[in-house]
Amino acid sequence: MWWSNLFAGMSPANFFNFSFLPKYLSFFVQGLEYTLLLSVISVGLAVIPALALALMRLSRSRIVRNLSGAYIAVFRSTPMMVQLYIIFYGLFSVIRIPSVVILGFIDLSRFIPGVVALALNSSAYVAEIIRAGILAVDGGQNEAARSLGLSSWQSMKLVVLPQAIKNILPALANELVTMVKESSICSVLGMTELIWGAKTVATTTYKTLSPYVLAALVYFVINYPASKAIEAIERRMRRGDRI
Amino acid sequence: MATGSELIRVEDVTKKFKGGVVALNGCSLTISPGEVVAIIGPSGSGKSTLLRCLNLLETPTSGHIFFDGVDITDKKVDINLHRRKMGMVFQHFNLFPHKTVMQNITLAPVTLKLKTEDEAKKRGMELLERIGLADKANEYPNMLSGGQKQRIAIVRALCMEPDVMLFDEPTSALDPEMVGEVLDLMRQLAADGMTMAIVTHEMGFAREVASRVIFMDGGAILEENTPSELFDHPQNPRTQTFLSKVL
Repeated sequence: MWWSNLFAGMSPANFFNFSFLPKYLSFFVQGLEYTLLLSVISVGLAVIPALALALMRLSRSRIVRNLSGAYIAVFRSTPMMVQLYIIFYGLFSVIRIPSVVILGFIDLSRFIPGVVALALNSSAYVAEIIRAGILAVDGGQNEAARSLGLSSWQSMKLVVLPQAIKNILPALANELVTMVKESSICSVLGMTELIWGAKTVATTTYKTLSPYVLAALVYFVINYPASKAIEAIERRMRRGDRI
Repeated sequence: MATGSELIRVEDVTKKFKGGVVALNGCSLTISPGEVVAIIGPSGSGKSTLLRCLNLLETPTSGHIFFDGVDITDKKVDINLHRRKMGMVFQHFNLFPHKTVMQNITLAPVTLKLKTEDEAKKRGMELLERIGLADKANEYPNMLSGGQKQRIAIVRALCMEPDVMLFDEPTSALDPEMVGEVLDLMRQLAADGMTMAIVTHEMGFAREVASRVIFMDGGAILEENTPSELFDHPQNPRTQTFLSKVL
């Protein structure tokens, strides 16, 4: 057939040639651990500033609303890679982090700037998640709380936010899944996460394809079940809503 | 200025919404302690907006509202303090779905340190017993019927020991067979001397329970009188038209 040449040299053996694994397994294991730590800590740290940004976004003061809006706009409209470079070479050339290695493979002088950059980026997205979650709570709830004399913060904290959490948590978990993938960008600054591991194995062994295929498989095996689990939890929560 | 015999005084209140809709156009009104004022009128006449202005859920565009002699439209006034004394009941109940009936009732008095947890529970239980729903204290609102929800919403407001109760179409979202139980409770409150302002479509109830009826249309108060005078001898042609359609 005329098209068979197109696939010349693309035998499954090239895709799935994992003969490097016994020797280089630690690059993938530690890479995955690095990736998961990076994403979980970043999204975790993003929640508090994101809540502040979301509340600012819903403020009655236009200046406060616009401040938060500007932050969100900047971080959502520029590539994460640029943010990473600017924070790494800008902010962290002023703040020096000592090159301390923890757990045997995490160099804090790179990990901390990475976490900061991802958390700043993520807080813009999480802010919108929280804002949407708050707005999805029936406005009558806030009115009822305020009519009883509760302050705006008391009614937010005791009445609106506890109901908004149900809308926020699934979207937040999705943000974490996204972050597991997006954090691969940190490999460009030598953070030894999963893609950095694959790249290193590829250049060392001259197997340019299969280390990346393996990395893709690892991402998939983590993220696909995670998003399925989130869907299931969301469905169950919605069932609890029915009156 | 408000005098001793007035609880609420509304002076020339106007409300314009964004987009230019004029919901209230120069409304003035006084409510004395113990009065039951029913506000009637066609949909979109501004009844609910007027009621919601009384506790500043809507901020008037101009005009003044005095509660207990204090101008609550003054920006320096802490409205939260005054709202404690003004209970409000909503068309859609607005019970907190994540809290039990008892938690709904005790949340505000306990949070605002007006009652200890024990006092609030005790008072809540008394009120629940009075409406025959003591057995629902630990249920969540989604287990209750509409009539039960609305009666509990009334109890929630009463637990703050308010000086006035504002009702915003309290029976409009109820199935017909549940309207009676809510109106009965409101009737009891009126008989106990509670000051009430009620936006309602229940003309029979307004005639029976109100001490004064206000007819609104187009954002203005067009007529106010005792129920028998207003219902039997309406003076304003628009009141006459409206009543001829609904009675």
